[in-house]
Amino acid sequence: MSFDMSQFYSVFFAEAGEHLDSMETILLDLDLANPDTEQLNAIFRAAHSIKGSAATFGFHDMADLTHVLENLLDRIRKGEMRLRTEIVDTILDARDVLTGQLAGHRDAAPVNVAAAQLITQRLEQWIAAGNAPSVPAMDAVGLSVSFILDGLESSWTKVIEAVCTELASLGTVSIAAAPVLPDQPWVLHLQGAPDEAAVRDVLEFVARDGTVEIAAQSALTLSPSANDDAYGLFEPLDVLADDDAYGFFAPLPEPPLSDETYGFFEPLPVSADVPPDNRPAVRQTNTVAHAEDTIRVGVGKVDTMINQVGELIITQAMLIEAARDLDPVAYERLHTGLQQLERNSRALQESVLSVRMLPIANVFNRFPRVVRDLAAKLGKQVALRISGEATELDRGLIERIVDPLTHLIRNSIDHGIEMPLARAAAGKPAEGTITLKALQQGGTIVIIVGDDGAGLDRARIVAKASERGMAVTESMTDAEVWNLIFEPGFSTADAVTDVSGRGVGMDVVKRNITAMGGRVDIESLAGVGTRMTVRLPLTLAILDGMSVGVGSHTYILPLAYITESLQPATHMVKQMGGVASLLQVRDSYVPIVMLHALFGIDAAVTVPEQGIMVLIEADGQQAALFVDALVGQQQVVIKSIEAHYRRVPGIAGATIMGDGQVAFILDAVALVQRAHAGLPAAA
Amino acid sequence: MSEEVELPQEYLTFLLGGEEYAIDILKVQEIRSYGSVTPIAQAPNFIKGVINLRGSVIPVIDLRIRFGLGTVEYTEFTVMIVLSLGARMVGIVVDGVSDVAQVRPSEVRPAPEFSRAVDVRYIDGLAMQEARMLILVDIERLMLSADMALVDETLGESCANQ
Repeated sequence: MSFDMSQFYSVFFAEAGEHLDSMETILLDLDLANPDTEQLNAIFRAAHSIKGSAATFGFHDMADLTHVLENLLDRIRKGEMRLRTEIVDTILDARDVLTGQLAGHRDAAPVNVAAAQLITQRLEQWIAAGNAPSVPAMDAVGLSVSFILDGLESSWTKVIEAVCTELASLGTVSIAAAPVLPDQPWVLHLQGAPDEAAVRDVLEFVARDGTVEIAAQSALTLSPSANDDAYGLFEPLDVLADDDAYGFFAPLPEPPLSDETYGFFEPLPVSADVPPDNRPAVRQTNTVAHAEDTIRVGVGKVDTMINQVGELIITQAMLIEAARDLDPVAYERLHTGLQQLERNSRALQESVLSVRMLPIANVFNRFPRVVRDLAAKLGKQVALRISGEATELDRGLIERIVDPLTHLIRNSIDHGIEMPLARAAAGKPAEGTITLKALQQGGTIVIIVGDDGAGLDRARIVAKASERGMAVTESMTDAEVWNLIFEPGFSTADAVTDVSGRGVGMDVVKRNITAMGGRVDIESLAGVGTRMTVRLPLTLAILDGMSVGVGSHTYILPLAYITESLQPATHMVKQMGGVASLLQVRDSYVPIVMLHALFGIDAAVTVPEQGIMVLIEADGQQAALFVDALVGQQQVVIKSIEAHYRRVPGIAGATIMGDGQVAFILDAVALVQRAHAGLPAAA
Repeated sequence: MSEEVELPQEYLTFLLGGEEYAIDILKVQEIRSYGSVTPIAQAPNFIKGVINLRGSVIPVIDLRIRFGLGTVEYTEFTVMIVLSLGARMVGIVVDGVSDVAQVRPSEVRPAPEFSRAVDVRYIDGLAMQEARMLILVDIERLMLSADMALVDETLGESCANQ
């Protein structure tokens, strides 16, 4: 039974992805005039690691491309070539092609082969263009063999493979030229000291009579590019050719400065004693950006752990409940033990939940590239300032926030930041600034995308909106006007660009963020800039809630929506059509939702003065929820009810209480909407 | 007698209004006592609510109410059958669980078209075993049908059509 490598693929995909990301991060950070040797080494190591594992797993297209890339990087880090913006661009493009190849292998999707060939050529051009004192000299003299194949064109690939395999016993073989037309010759290069007659013997039966030409060749004419060209064409030879070429072009694969790397991350005296060759493989994943030791675990395992810990806490609560009636003196040890258990299991729950949290740097890291590329495309000068990237967010949200944030940033560069001349005319620095900031406020993560551009144009938005047939008035507040850009089909761009001018997107951004339980707000000042603030819940798994009692039922109200709660006096409740429908809070009126009436619960408090009004706010609107009593505040683990049942109006989810009972979590946003929608009809 | 060896299939049988129904035992997750049900606001009366089944929130349906049969009372002997239908789980309350029956394909007769609590669309057939008659129910199709109001409508249709 053959050894199945595919089980390790996911590890390769994740690791290679990380290497590609760190390559990009470092490349964008490079000081071209005076590049940091350590950074150059880190990029080289990233390429080297990808090459090694790609070859191991049989992803030869990636191995081949990284091989050429590695050659270029090696020359650069040894100071044999000077870095230029164009070279960085080429390397970045190569990194993108690799990302595409990686995605292709991961999703079993077709890969753009032409792009790989093109980028390989570009990389080779740079290698060739570098003043080349170090083009490796090799003693061995080779042969250049040219011949025209007999037989059908469709069979050539197989024939050439066979020929190469045969010739490999005579020396290292590489394909220098493949025919485009049937009558053009194949040119093979043979390194080593092959016997001419032996070569003719191999070709005798496949080549057309009289077309075999063999010429001696010096090492210098065996150009590296010719060698590498072969890779894209003939995969079966890769491993062999790759290995040879590797020793040929990069005689010193271990960076001489690797000890410094070591010292950089682990300033321990021990590191000096470790010879570079013995560096554990995992060290290579440590770039400047990732200094932590990590393990990779499937999300399913973590979620199972979270569920099990939830179960443990419920069991623990049941034990405490059961032991409540026992005499504290006689059962002192039991009570002490139970208290200990409660503390330990809470701590365990927190730790387990924190496993799902990832720093938002995982999202932010990709934006320097987005900004750089887009600014260059639009001819604008834009700097990106990132802060708070260590802020942690649930991994489920991390994945889903990428697209909306990308869109907001592209929008800021495209519509917000002005052209350099316009900025200079407005007395601003030619370089615009995009600020990207994350911070935690209680149970909410706040992400701010700001720019110092022209700001939103109120008059133009209003004009465009009325042109689109939206209901607009001049008396709308700025906030209401800004919110128009989240309407489907709205776009203020004068010209439709392929960047963000199609008017699709902002509505999708808003919808996606709302779907995550978050919201987005815009602030803008003409001439000063625009600030988009995205607020997201800290995690999808737990929630800070207030449990409220209605009749015999208990509901959980998310704490984030509660502004205050109060026991209403008779004069504060205004009746409409005999139903308590408005609550006077200071100088405003808030619609009331009688929870017992909405949910059809009997035996609940119905007289407003005997219950509690909980004021909630969502989407800038308020409502007062009428309940019997506030039971207590607690963190709850959110469970889906749709997994086994279906959506329930007014209910966002469910949780399991300390006694093992299910309690429903109220959907505050829907309740507020309902309260306002019901206002005119309630009379 | 047929020469082929017939593999009997195992069914869990339960009582509902004097009739004995049988469901594929592989669809049965477990049998547990009725209790700790949290009612769902504005749900149909036969949906009793949801329970916590080892961390999952699953709905409970009282088939006696749904089909207007038997005596609807909840005592310490009231049981529910927890069904595992693909990724979904649902608890059903019945008059009583009787036993596990072995049914050979040769014993199954097509169900006649006459009025019975469970619509003939969800009945695979009748199994005659000595003195008793088992009504074989395709419980998965029945529970995921729109009649049970257990799934969101679009989803319910697509599942029922499978």
